[in-house]
Parts: sequence; structure tokens; C-alpha cells
Amino acid sequence: MSNTVIEAHGLSKRYGRQVAVDGIDLEVMEGEVVGLLGPNGAGKTTTILMLLGLTEASSGSVRILGRDPWREPLAVKREVGYLPDAVGFYDNLSGRENLRYTARLGGLDAAEADRRIAEALERVRLAEVADRRVGTYSRGMRQRLGLAELLSRHCRVAILDEPTSGLDPQSTHELLQLIGGFAQEGMTVLVSSHLLDVVQSICTRVALFNRGRIGFSGTVEALSARVADSGFEIELEAEGVDIRRITEGLAGVTLLDTGVPGRWRLKAPLDIRPDLARRIVAEGGALKSLDAHRLALGEAYTRYFEEVAHEA
Amino acid sequence: MKREGSPFKGVGAVALKEAADHITSARMHLVMLLLLLVLGAALYGAIGQIKATTAQNAFLFLQLLTTAHQPLPSFASMLGFLLPLLAIALGFDAVNGEFNRRTMSRILAQPIYRDAVLFGKFLGGLLVMAIALVTLWLLMTGLGILFLGLPPSADDIARGLAYLVATLVYAGIWLALAITFSTLVRAPATSALAALAVWLVFSVFWSMLAPVLAQAISPIDPFDPMSLLNQFYALQDISRISPATLYGEVSSILLDPTSRTVGPVFQEQLVGALVGAPLSTGQSILIVWPEIASMLAEMLVLFTISYVVFQRQEVRA
Repeated sequence: MSNTVIEAHGLSKRYGRQVAVDGIDLEVMEGEVVGLLGPNGAGKTTTILMLLGLTEASSGSVRILGRDPWREPLAVKREVGYLPDAVGFYDNLSGRENLRYTARLGGLDAAEADRRIAEALERVRLAEVADRRVGTYSRGMRQRLGLAELLSRHCRVAILDEPTSGLDPQSTHELLQLIGGFAQEGMTVLVSSHLLDVVQSICTRVALFNRGRIGFSGTVEALSARVADSGFEIELEAEGVDIRRITEGLAGVTLLDTGVPGRWRLKAPLDIRPDLARRIVAEGGALKSLDAHRLALGEAYTRYFEEVAHEA
Repeated sequence: MKREGSPFKGVGAVALKEAADHITSARMHLVMLLLLLVLGAALYGAIGQIKATTAQNAFLFLQLLTTAHQPLPSFASMLGFLLPLLAIALGFDAVNGEFNRRTMSRILAQPIYRDAVLFGKFLGGLLVMAIALVTLWLLMTGLGILFLGLPPSADDIARGLAYLVATLVYAGIWLALAITFSTLVRAPATSALAALAVWLVFSVFWSMLAPVLAQAISPIDPFDPMSLLNQFYALQDISRISPATLYGEVSSILLDPTSRTVGPVFQEQLVGALVGAPLSTGQSILIVWPEIASMLAEMLVLFTISYVVFQRQEVRA
């Protein structure tokens, strides 16, 4: 069972003559984690605001959970949580009080709200500082408080705009783990970012934004496959064997010199590690290490935009 | 295109939060301290003055508000002068402050309409000022009882309440003005300065500008006595653009039962009148009803401007 949660067709936004978003089609299924990737100013935030009904689209249509966010904003916003880029809280209030305020805005009954808030704060590991003023929070804590807000509201869809921007690697990792956790519980998540390796770890699908258009949409693997001709990069260390001779018989494999004796790097369309190991051992060589990794989305992404710039 | 849901959902939550924020804010404490000091001094002066001239007037209690003891002005005129300061302090960063704290997009993503944010901010400010005004009024009444030893009559209380309501409307104009500037201008310092500039122009300079403008619009012809009256009417119309003038007229009628008009009085109108006889409270309110309606109109016009601008504003800071 997979229902379409977010559906956008021909979505455009023009500011005067400038086109911020130019005819975007986007579909997100229930339980998916979709990443909107692209450089700053590519139209990601504008798209998100249009999806939420916070900005009127110049043309095109949006359906969130089957509703039009421009006509039925309250029903849509009840189900959809939004964590803006560099989220702000009232510094003079504590984390808990900030969440209480949004719960009241959502019309939640006070006792129920307190219970949900405590639960959400526990989950994002802010329970101990919940009664401290938000002014004393670090950036990572604020972002986690933003996630707690979505949790306490029991949103079905979470739209996160640059959730990890400006965070140190440790906090980024923590935050991504939390977001990944939401998705596992069936929340549909839309994440925008310009940092790729960050989003790669949690997204099932990505949409690449460039100058207001979606240039590519598909799974991470599909993106890598499309951009990179060779899918795997293999590093191996071995002694007493001529690797050049071994790899000659394998189709599509290119050997790159690392400059270190006894260590090689290969590019192959498939994971050929078992084959390699067998051959090295058969030749009487000593295999010390063998490691393969897929071309990271980051590399694919960089190459994609290089391609786009090249075409233009 | 019809949109579903009530625009008033969440107004109460926003208003109460704003009120709570205001009441605990240092800004509010400072302005209230200033108000208390100045008004306390005015009241003290008035009490001294009244004690010295007890027998002259039947409406002693209301005189607490209107008596001035040189060099201090009266309680009522001081309140009219300083209250806008409180309103501006509460409203000057209502909207742009949310943008600067980056809370606006998060709040607007909650299941409420934008209307609720603006209504809530306005009502929250009004609520706080109502509390402040009632407190000041009760303090004044208490001091009156303590020092003069006379309780207010029912009529005094009725007039006092009418005066309080009119004062709240007057404060509402300045709050609406401050909120309007906070939607129009992104920098809070600029919006505060703009609102303060308008306040200075209307409460200090308008009374100097009005005669000049009146002279230009309706010059006096030495051979036509009616031109004198025409210029007076022009002057009155121009002065009444300023909410400070309107409020001054309202308070002078409401707090003084013996005054019967805010305009010119002709000899034939005084035929048969008992000069100095007090009016009933209802009659006094009727006299200043046009002024009160004008103040409400000014407040609504200003609020509408901020409403329209805010509805069309881009959420993106």
C-alpha cells in the first residue's frame, strides 16, 4: 500500500520577471524519504513554501494528502510539519514552553500536549534541558527542538529545509539518525539540502534541483548509475602477484595506479571482489586487503552539475 | 476562492502569549515605571491643589484627574501624552520581530491563518494596556480615598469607566500605528523611530502646524466676520486629524460634567442655559461620541493597512 502524499504538477513561481521555480513535477509516496538537492538559490525553499501553501504558486497545482494547501491550509498544516531553514524559537521561553505554544496554536488539549511534549523531548534527548531558556541552546539543540515540535504534533508528513546546515559532524549525525527514525515509523519526509553525503544516508529517493527545475529524480543508485560509468571503486593490497595481468581478463575494469607499491585501485561496473580474490589466490599471491565502495552520491552530484554546466 | 477554516483559530493562544511576553518584558517595566512616576507626581500635585481649594467644586473626585499643579500637568493630560509611548513600546516589533527571530515561518506553518497572528498581537497588546490602565485608575482612586477621604460616587465611577474605555481606544490607535510600521519596515529600530516620529508630530507639533494650515486653507477676510468662524472650523477640522486632539476633547468633556461643548458657543445658544450646571454622564458621552467614533475609525484604518500588507508579505525572511 503506497499512497501519494505529496503531488505537484507544473509548479512555478515567478517574482516579476525572475523565475524562481519553473514547472516542477514531484511525487512523494507514503513512507518515503525524499531529498531535494541542489545548490543555494536553486528554488528548493520556494518549492517547499508552495507545497505548504505559505507562498502562492504562479501556476501549477499541489496536492498534499489529497488536499489543496492553498484552499484548505488548516487541514494540510495539521498533518504537515515544517522545520524551516535556521529555525527560530522564542529565546526568552524554555524549550518546553515553546512547544506548548505551538501545541496551543494547534488546538491541542493542555494535558495531552504536555504528555506528547515530554515524550518528544525525551526522544530528541532534550528532556534534561527542556526547562532552560532556548536562548542558551546550541544550534544542534534548536534543530532537535524543531524535530520535537513535529513529533509532539504527530505529523504525518515532515518537510525539513536544510536541517543540518551549520551543524558540526557530530550533531549532523545525531540529527540524521533521528530523521531516519521518523521514516522508519512511517512518517513521510521531504528533506532539502545542498550537502549530499548527509542526505544520502537517509533518502530513498532524490530530486536534483537546478535553476528552478528538477534535473533528475530517482533513487540514489539510479543517480550513481546514470552519472558514473563505473559503479564500483575497489581498493586492494596484495603481494607477490601481478595485478595488471589478472585484471586484463575482466571486462570493463580499469586499473588506476595509486603510486604505492602493492596497492591498487580499480574501477568496475560490478562488484568483482570474489572473482578478484579467487584469481589472486590462484596466482599464489598474498591478498592483504580488498575493499569496494559505491560511487558516493556526492561524487555523482558533483558530476551531475558539472554535466549540466557543460551543456549550458 | 473560498478557503476553509476559521481565521480566528489560534487568536486566543497568540493573544495570551503576547500578553504574557509583554507583562514580563523589561521594555514594559521601564515604560510603566515612567508612567507611574509621572502620574504619581501629577496626582500628588492635584491632591495638594484640591486640598487648598476644597469648597470650589462639587466634582472633587474627577478633579483628581484634571487638576494641574504647576509645573506639573494634570493626570489626564500626562496620560494622554505618555500612553502612546507604552503602545509603541508594545507594538513596534510585533511583526518584524518575528521575522528577525526567524519564528514567523514556523508559526505560520502551524494550523492557523495569518489573520490569527495579527489579531492576536493586537488583542494581546490591547489586553496588557487595559490591565495597565485599570491598575492606574484603581491606584488613583485608592490614593484619592486615602488622601482626600472621599469615596467616588456612582456617577464618578461611570464617568471614570467611560474615560477608561476612550483611553483604551486612544491607546489602540497608537498600537495599530506601531504594528503597521512593524509590518511595513523590516528593521525594528526603524519602525520604532517612525512610530515615535508620528507620535511627536501629533502630540507636540500638530497644534503648532494646524493654525498655519488653517490660515492657508481659509484665510481671514477683515471685511467678512464669517471668515473668522470659517477659519476656526478649518482649524478644528485639521486639529482633529490628530488622535491626540480627539482624545483631549473626549477627556475634557467626560471628566468635567460642567463643560458642554468642544466647539464654539454663540450667545443665543446660551439663552436659558444654566451655566455651570452639570450634565448627566449619558449626555456627556453623547457630546463626544463623534470623537470616539473617529478614534475607532483611525484605529481600524491603521489596522487594516497592516492587515493587508501582512497578508501579502512573503514568508521568506
